[in-house]
Amino acid sequence: MTAPLPETSPADPMDVVGDAPAKAIEGRSPWRISWMRLKRDKWALGGGVVVLLLILVAVFAPVIVHLLGHPPNDFHEDRINAFDGMPKGSLGGINSDYLFGVEPTNGRDVFSRVVYGARVSLLVAFLSAVVAVVIGTVLGVIAGYFGGWIDSLVSRVMDALLAFPQLLFIIALISVVPNELWGLSGSGVRMAVLIAVIGFFGWPYVGRIVRGQTLSLREREYVEAARSLGAGRRYILFRELLPNLVAPITVYATLMIPTNVLTEAALSFLGAGVKAPTSSWGQMLSRAVQTYEGDPMFMIIPGLAIFVTVLAFNLLGDGIRDALDPKGSR
Amino acid sequence: MFAYIVRRLFAVIVMLLVVTLVTFGIFFAIPKLTGTDPASLYVGKQADPATIEGIRQKLGLGQPILEQFWHFVTGIFAGRDYTGGGTSDHCPAPCFGYSFRTEQAVWPVLTDRLPVTLSLAGGACVIWLLAGVSTGVVSALKRGTRIDRAAMVTALAGVSLPIYFTALLALAVFNNQLGWTKAEYTPFGEDPGAWFSGLVLPWITLAFLYAAMYARLTRATMLEVLGEDYIRTARAKGLTERVVIGKHAMRSTMTPVLTILGMDLGALVGGAILTETAFNLPGLGQAAVTAISNRDLPLILGVVLIAATAVVLANLVVDLLYAVIDPRVRLS
Repeated sequence: MTAPLPETSPADPMDVVGDAPAKAIEGRSPWRISWMRLKRDKWALGGGVVVLLLILVAVFAPVIVHLLGHPPNDFHEDRINAFDGMPKGSLGGINSDYLFGVEPTNGRDVFSRVVYGARVSLLVAFLSAVVAVVIGTVLGVIAGYFGGWIDSLVSRVMDALLAFPQLLFIIALISVVPNELWGLSGSGVRMAVLIAVIGFFGWPYVGRIVRGQTLSLREREYVEAARSLGAGRRYILFRELLPNLVAPITVYATLMIPTNVLTEAALSFLGAGVKAPTSSWGQMLSRAVQTYEGDPMFMIIPGLAIFVTVLAFNLLGDGIRDALDPKGSR
Repeated sequence: MFAYIVRRLFAVIVMLLVVTLVTFGIFFAIPKLTGTDPASLYVGKQADPATIEGIRQKLGLGQPILEQFWHFVTGIFAGRDYTGGGTSDHCPAPCFGYSFRTEQAVWPVLTDRLPVTLSLAGGACVIWLLAGVSTGVVSALKRGTRIDRAAMVTALAGVSLPIYFTALLALAVFNNQLGWTKAEYTPFGEDPGAWFSGLVLPWITLAFLYAAMYARLTRATMLEVLGEDYIRTARAKGLTERVVIGKHAMRSTMTPVLTILGMDLGALVGGAILTETAFNLPGLGQAAVTAISNRDLPLILGVVLIAATAVVLANLVVDLLYAVIDPRVRLS
């Protein structure tokens, strides 16, 4: 949804170079220059910090929940009003013991479930981006480099995949997948399937960009030079082409993660995500549909969790794009 | 031009056949592999073997997949007859089979649902094009100012908000707290006023997300276009800023916007699944979600096909419009 838009960077690249201390002229690698640009972009850095925090939360979820919350699947019926099933106290039962309140009807600790939800969200988003990038890069490079019928075939497959009603298809696919697969069971199967399917439908976007880049890079003089010096196909692919594809692929991968977070949450919202009792943000929102009138906090908290995560990744992704590609050449 | 259209239409048909075949394969082959019998889905698990066998005969579920596929495709164009178990039913063209659950023909269900989805997508599209493109253009022209920054921060927030969350928030505030709107679908033919007031909230919610995306895209493209030589030339030969922006720059800016619009509209017509679910609108997307949770294969297949057709046709229309909008594109 947030495809990388060719946006020119707010800061003129010349400024960055001009602002650097003028004492000595030193050689800087392109990566170093990009890193300097990124460091000047406060929004992107802010996004990066939030992303880092989220990763830490996901990794140390058991520790955090042990210190600040209650086990995510424990019911606390004593925190629920018997007459309407809503949490006792104001704001969905938020107090010093239950930091984000409790879930209506069963009284599960919302804080713990949000913290554990980060694991599902980030794991699925990251790994499906990896799947998409790997398939997309391999097929994109092959299509762009070899051309001819291989290119036509790969391009047609990409067109066909993009014509699929993706969300619909993913839900439908998940509904026919058996409960045990690849030696996994329960939520493990669902996660694996989510990663595979979201990744699979994401690769054509990467593939298109990589193919286009490869097509134009293939004709550059330095590739010509390498070829005339007798470089083999392997050398040209891995030494000449791939390093030049790293920048667009990095940008695309970072901008794909927020989209995947949204897709995972949407699938969970529609009941096609991880299975209960494993918690995920989208699933919490879908439960909140029934209760938001009585307990809006139970809707707002997971919604904000998704929003903050996606926003942080978008800010970081936009920043990386501007840093690597200040002219917006794509 | 004519040859181009014929060639593209041919490609469209091939593409739809492939999508149908894959969908068909997945929903009829995977249950087979995992040991679920489609016939038992139709009559329920408790049915006696004879009934299941009768259904299998009648629906042809025992035939090889490719043969079933052939019957399905010819049914769409010529209708088909279901015979077996002592009864015979004729399903007129376009026949998409019968729902496993409600035993209704699929096609009327689809045509019932389509106007809801079209109303939602169409209305939202008008709003998001007006709001998104104009915001993007203003942002690009006022680049670096406070207006630009405010617009872009809003747009970034817009693309980061999950739509079902925005929808719930909108419902909570405008429906429940303020009571301004009533989220309920009324067909346009019945009461245009109620149709409008029931759709206002879904329209704005959906349009907010897309307007944010389009504002970002328009701004970025506009900035790129403004740096082109021909814009400098246009200015140099003394054209007013109005003509330079409104005529020369806008044309190239609209090309990528149009590409995305085609894909987005196509995808939405196939069912704005999340918006329809959140607002409880009886459109195609909602039908699909219900069908999926009921494992109602014929209905799923029907919706997927409508959706794929919409995407493919929208892309075709966009490609044809390119030639009109962008003078650099000539179809051959």
